Order: sequence, then C-alpha cells, then structure tokens
Amino acid sequence: MTRTPLVDVRDLRVCARTDRGHLTVLDGVSFDIMPGEILGVVGESGAGKSMTGTALTGLIEPPMSIDGGEIRCAGRRIDNLPPDQLRLVRGKEIATIFQDPLTALNPVFTIGRQLVETIGEHTGLAGAEAQREAVTLLAQVGIPAPESRLASYPHEFSGGMRQRVVIALALAGRPKLIVADEPTTALDVSIQGQIIALLRDLCARRGTAVMLITHDMGVIAEAAHRVAVMYAGRIVEIGPVADVVHRPRHPYTRGLMGSIPAIGRRLKRLPQIDGAMPRPSEIPPGCAFAPRCPIVVPECREQRPALDPDGIHRAACRRSAEVGSA
Amino acid sequence: MTTPAIPAPDLVVVDRLMKTFDVSPPLITRLATGAKPRMLKAVDGVSFRIAPGRTLSLVGESGCGKTTVARCVAGLQAPSGGTIAYRGVPIADIVAGKSPYRREIQMIFQDPYGSLNPRWRVGRIIADPIRALKLAASGAETDAAVARLLVAVGLSPADARKYPHEFSGGQRQRIAVARALASRPALIVCDEPTSALDVSVQAQILNLMRDLQDEFGLTYLFISHNLSVVDHMSSEVAVMYLGRIVETAHTADLFSAPKHPYTRLLLKAMPSLDQVGAVREPMQGEVPNPIDPPTGCAFHPRCPFAADRCRQERPDLRPLAGGTVACHRAEEIG
Ligand SMILES: Nc1ncnc2c1ncn2[C@@H]1O[C@H](COP(=O)(O)OP(=O)(O)OP(=O)(O)O)[C@@H](O)[C@H]1O
Ligand code: SF4
Ligand SMILES: [Mg+2]
Repeated sequence: MTRTPLVDVRDLRVCARTDRGHLTVLDGVSFDIMPGEILGVVGESGAGKSMTGTALTGLIEPPMSIDGGEIRCAGRRIDNLPPDQLRLVRGKEIATIFQDPLTALNPVFTIGRQLVETIGEHTGLAGAEAQREAVTLLAQVGIPAPESRLASYPHEFSGGMRQRVVIALALAGRPKLIVADEPTTALDVSIQGQIIALLRDLCARRGTAVMLITHDMGVIAEAAHRVAVMYAGRIVEIGPVADVVHRPRHPYTRGLMGSIPAIGRRLKRLPQIDGAMPRPSEIPPGCAFAPRCPIVVPECREQRPALDPDGIHRAACRRSAEVGSA
Repeated sequence: MTTPAIPAPDLVVVDRLMKTFDVSPPLITRLATGAKPRMLKAVDGVSFRIAPGRTLSLVGESGCGKTTVARCVAGLQAPSGGTIAYRGVPIADIVAGKSPYRREIQMIFQDPYGSLNPRWRVGRIIADPIRALKLAASGAETDAAVARLLVAVGLSPADARKYPHEFSGGQRQRIAVARALASRPALIVCDEPTSALDVSVQAQILNLMRDLQDEFGLTYLFISHNLSVVDHMSSEVAVMYLGRIVETAHTADLFSAPKHPYTRLLLKAMPSLDQVGAVREPMQGEVPNPIDPPTGCAFHPRCPFAADRCRQERPDLRPLAGGTVACHRAEEIG
C-alpha cells in the first residue's frame, strides 16, 4: 500500500522558558498517522503525550513554544500558521476530545444548542438543517432516541452518554483527525468498551484518523492499530500494537509491559523498573533511560540513540536486538 | 485454597452496614416546588469479615459504595446502621477513645497530593503520629524512627527535610505509606492507593505494600476498581454493585469461576494485553441511579439472564461453592 499519511510530524521540538532556564519538553518527536488509523500514544505522566497532542492541535502557548521541526496535516504545514488560519484548522480538520466530558460541555445550554452552534461554526449549516445534522451525529455516536435528547442538559446524561456527546461535538466539523486525550480514563470499565467500539467504528466508516493518548496499555491494545511509546519527551518505540506489546524492542517498553498486573498471573511480586523517569530539567545526556536500564552499556550514556530509521517496528535503543520478548 | 487450618479470630467484622446520605433539594426549593426529600443508600446492608494478615478487596464501578465502606471501617464516617467491630470492639468506641486500638487502624488514600500537609516537611508529617501517640521516648528516637520508616518505604533518611511538592506522585504515595506505618498499625484501609499512579509506579507501590504486609503482618482492606490489581493483591474479594455485595470468593476462585452475572461481565469487559485488537464485549447499559435503584435485583436492567422473579424479588447473598453470591439464577447459569 502506498498511501500518503494524513499527519506527518518530523523532529518536533517543544521548549519551555522558565526562570531556571530553557527546558526541552519534547525532543525529536517524529511519527505519522494514516487516514482511518488509530495511533496510540502511551507513556507515564510527564513523558510528553499530551504535549504532543497539544502541538498537533496548535494550542502550544507561552511559556511553551515549538522550537523546531514540522507538523503537516493533509500535506499542509500547520505548525506555523497565523492564528486566524489555525482556527480554521482546529475543529474542522483536527478536533479534540478530553478526559473529562463535563469540561467540554457547557452546563447551562442544552445538548442540542451546543451541537447546532458547533455545526454552524464548522459547516455553515443553520436552522432545521443544523438540527437534522445534530440528530444524525447523536445517532452516529449511539445515543438512543436522539431527537428527544436535543433538549436535555449535560447533567441529565450519564458519564458514558456525555462522552458520546463530546465525540458528536468533535465530529461536527467532519474532522480528518481526532486527538483523544485519555477519552476513557474517567469512565467505568463497563462503559470504556462501548466508547472504544464507537471510536473504532467511526475510523472504519468515516476514515477519521485518531491519535489516542492514554496511560492505559489495555485501552491501546484494544483500540489502536499502532502505538508510540514515549519516555522523557521522546518516542522510544513505535510499531504495530501486537509487536510492541508482545515483542518489545526497547527495554523501557519491556519493563512497562512486565509491570502491568494481569488476571491469573498471580505473581508474588510484579517485575518493577526501579527509579523514576527524569524530569525535563534532569534528562541525562545519551539515552534518557540509561540510569534505569538493565542492559545499559557505557556508550548508552554518551550518545543518544536515534529511532531506527526503517521498518514498521522501530526502537531507539542501541541494544534493541537483545531485548527479549516480554 | 490457602485458608488457614485453624481459623484465627477475625480482625474486622462488618455486619449489615448501612450508610444513607440525605441528598434532598434545599428546603426552600422543596417548599416552592413540592419536591420530596431524597435519600441515597450508598451502602445497603454490607457484611464481611477479614482475618488477620489477609487482604480483602472491594471491587466495583464508580459510585457503588467502596469508599463509603472504607471510610466507615476506618472510623472516618459514622454508619447509619449495622455494626463494625475491630478485635471485637465497636468502631464507634474506638473512635471515641474508649479503647487503645485507635492507632492500629490507618488509611491510605488515592490522592497522594491531597493527603499530605504541603506546609510540613516530610519528617514532621511522619513524626506526627509518633509524637501524638508517644511511641518514642525522645526527639532523637523519633528521628531514628522516621529515618527507619523512610528507608522501609524506599526513600532516604535525608528526604525528611524536604516538602511534599519536591516529590513525584509515586514518592508521595510512599510518604503516605510511611506515615500510615508510623503508628504501628495492624489494619490499613487502602482506598485506590495506586489509581492515580502510572503502571510502572503502581508496580513499585504494590510490591512495597506486599513486602510491608509480610514484614509487619499487616491486614489490608483494599479498595480498587481495577480487577487485575485486585487479583494481584488480595486473598479474598467482594464485588459490589449499587451499595450491596453481590459476590464474595477466594481470589483465585472469583477470577477462574465467577458466579454472579455482573462479575462475569465485568471480567469480560476488562481490556487484556493478550488479546490485541479484540474488542471487548461492551456491557450493555450504565450503572443505575442509586437514588432510585431498580426493583428486585439491582442488576436486572443490564443482566442477560434476568427473569420475572429478578425484577420483583431482591436476591440475598447466600453460600455457593465456597463463596457467596446474590443471584436467583446462579446455579442455572453456572
Ligand atoms: N457525602 C455524601 N453525600 C451524598 N452522597 C454521597 C456522599 N458520599 C458518597 N455519596 C454517594 O454514595 C454513593 C457511593 O459513593 P462512594 O464514594 O462510596 O462510591 P465508590 O464506590 O467509592 O466510587 P468511586 O469508584 O467513584 O470512588 C455514590 O452514589 C455517591 O454519589
Ligand atoms: S438475580 Fe436475576 S437479574 Fe440479578 S443477576 Fe441474577 S439472573 Fe441477573
Ligand atoms: Mg471511591
């Protein structure tokens, strides 16, 4: 298949200016997303997952700034757009879904009004046409009897239903990409599955691409096609989900997979990675994982390993060939 | 099973615990609109026992009453009905200071940020219970105890001089564990102690908690919504749904042969790393409103096995195959 990526991020670098100096928060982040593809992004808090999503949606604000690299969407550079053009991209080409559906919804307006407004903003539809589109969107995200729910307020919906409404709002501009930051984290397990099934279905039917940011490897395993693992502001491994989960090539990913308790495994102790991920101000030279790495060699501390240039499953580790299967 | 041959007397006995919250609209609204007072049964007749040195987990979805049970057992909240006894003494008496057991019961919370006083140095946070309970003879002895506790939870004695904000989330949870240990507890009530942590940090804290359990013979009441964490940590499990226990079992039995339809569906809904790309079977419907619970079996609107009897008659928790289950049809669907 020779498809062109919808999203193409090259060598993205984001810095923060603080009173203690210049901190690099994202460093050399490169990846692409195909139309209709769900790319999962995992990593612990502070690894740079959300910052990557924020860069894609053009919401990086001082003291943060994009200091290097390029972001392209549908072939066009979007990292250096003036604010008025950026506003057109945001929502229309790229939409976002956040963890807490309540913050995305205005409590004092009905669901119908919020949908009709957003539809108007992005498509120019108004009146009865916008109403019809609102009903269609609610039906698409699986809200039963959508006509009768237009007059409801957000608090009258359960958590899972609210997240469906948020997804309907995100779809209003018919975006090509949805950046979903922890979209299921606030939901119960029994509801998570419903939302993931919905996202997968939308990608398959509408060709929408999704960047799915989560710290929950189970959600990635179920929802994503490929996954990027982030550590200390860099991508350390990227590839098809099954490969990364079952045959990790970076020692951090391997440690991460091992530390997740699994039903029926019944170990006395969980394998753990000692220590903690360094803060942006304390990232060592060379490989950022070196201080915690069980297979570190002296060169690791001197020279920073780059992500393998080729292949669909790539890791940033000079010893990746020796990382056994999990 | 690993049940001890000679049953030790239970450390904790909870009997028909009830906790009701008044969630009525303000009186003025009620007068204006004629709205009725509303009561929410957060916990509705929960009973369980915990033997010394063991871990009982309460698992269930948001709002099912786990935290409410935990807070009642830790003596932070007074029950509306039923009894809780610790070493045979009612919790109410322990809280009132009528027994020396107060220090033996400690609690660890989900949020390691909110539960530590940000203006105190870590040393003072951990020393506080030692001083309050006069567990050390001198200042030097207190300092030595603090240093030992910090080492026990994987921090360094020098950390005593720092403030909570200087630590990561996982390290703060270690500090919370050290503080809980400071009063030499026997029972620790842990409410989602790792839910706010990343998995790699979670593994460190869970390992720490198990090591400490072995070292100090601790008993845990462990609350979590995460079934794999529960499987890893517990000796026994109680599954809650809408304020009631619907199933109890030894951990291995619960996960290999769940009996209640809710437990079964919950297990199926769990994402698994072994099944990449397989979409879990999403459970139908959502958790009902606890203010207005369904009639009969509270699970019947979502239950694939619901029959007429389930809609009318509430199933009691009854013994079945080494555990207990509250389902009219448990045998049929086994
Ligand atoms: N102080 C309170 N006043 C009114 N209602 C309350 C109060 N505390 C809890 N509740 C209600 O009691 C029920 C049980 O709450 P509880 O916090 O025990 O659930 P939980 O199982 O711990 O949920 P979670 O997984 O979200 O922590 C919920 O419906 C909750 O809204
Ligand atoms: S009692 Fe009936 S409705 Fe309730 S869980 Fe059992 S079969 Fe389902
Ligand atoms: Mg709770």
